[in-house]
Amino acid sequence: MADHTLDAKGLNCPLGLNCPLPILKARKALKEVPSDGTLEILATDPGSVADFEAFCRQTGNELVEHSEDGGIYRFLIKKTAA
Amino acid sequence: MSAEEKSMSIIVTKGSLDWAYPPFILATTAAAMGLPVTMFFTFYGLPLLLKDLSLQLTAAGNPAMKMPMMGGHMGLPNLLTAIPGVDAACTKMMKNLMNKKGVASIEDLRELAVEAEVRLIACQMTMDLFEYSLDDMIEGPELGGAATYIEVATESDINLFI
Repeated sequence: MADHTLDAKGLNCPLGLNCPLPILKARKALKEVPSDGTLEILATDPGSVADFEAFCRQTGNELVEHSEDGGIYRFLIKKTAA
Repeated sequence: MSAEEKSMSIIVTKGSLDWAYPPFILATTAAAMGLPVTMFFTFYGLPLLLKDLSLQLTAAGNPAMKMPMMGGHMGLPNLLTAIPGVDAACTKMMKNLMNKKGVASIEDLRELAVEAEVRLIACQMTMDLFEYSLDDMIEGPELGGAATYIEVATESDINLFI
């Protein structure tokens, strides 16, 4: 299981947050994650797949896995960068 | 090469609701990806630094602006865009649509940019031209001119004009 979970679906917004909010929120949440800890992100933005891949490549964090189920995109990021 | 070695600058020249999005989206995302970012606000982009934003958009001269409506997409003929109240209605429609689709407001994105320590430069010449002062602006912007920007641009890997 992930150490931290970030629900980018949003509380008051059934259709969820749109670009670039999932990335911005993930960045903030990652700051609270210890080194080598993991962050789970749930999002509804289909563009977030390509964006989280690029985000992880650029920041040096590891995208351990990502999947989609019923319109909910799940990402597991391991904090491997400072 | 790590992201820390890259940096980005954006010249922000437009201040309508729709045109305010690209610079703030790219600035906040680049900052989140570890790039130092500078935004230079000039001409109609300068009012995006005002404390109170009342951003508007217009369908005039913008034939590509079509909104999803009744299962299709609808635009407005240029002639109709001149009718009083049409711009306000278009703006309201766009804001509702953005809210429904989970798109951040410009106010929120701007706050995130400040939080991410994006460097904000207000064009001094535009301040004089349109008679603004830093007191009218949010906390954070510094004043600068073309040379200030050029210095930033020579040190940046990505320079955008929006």
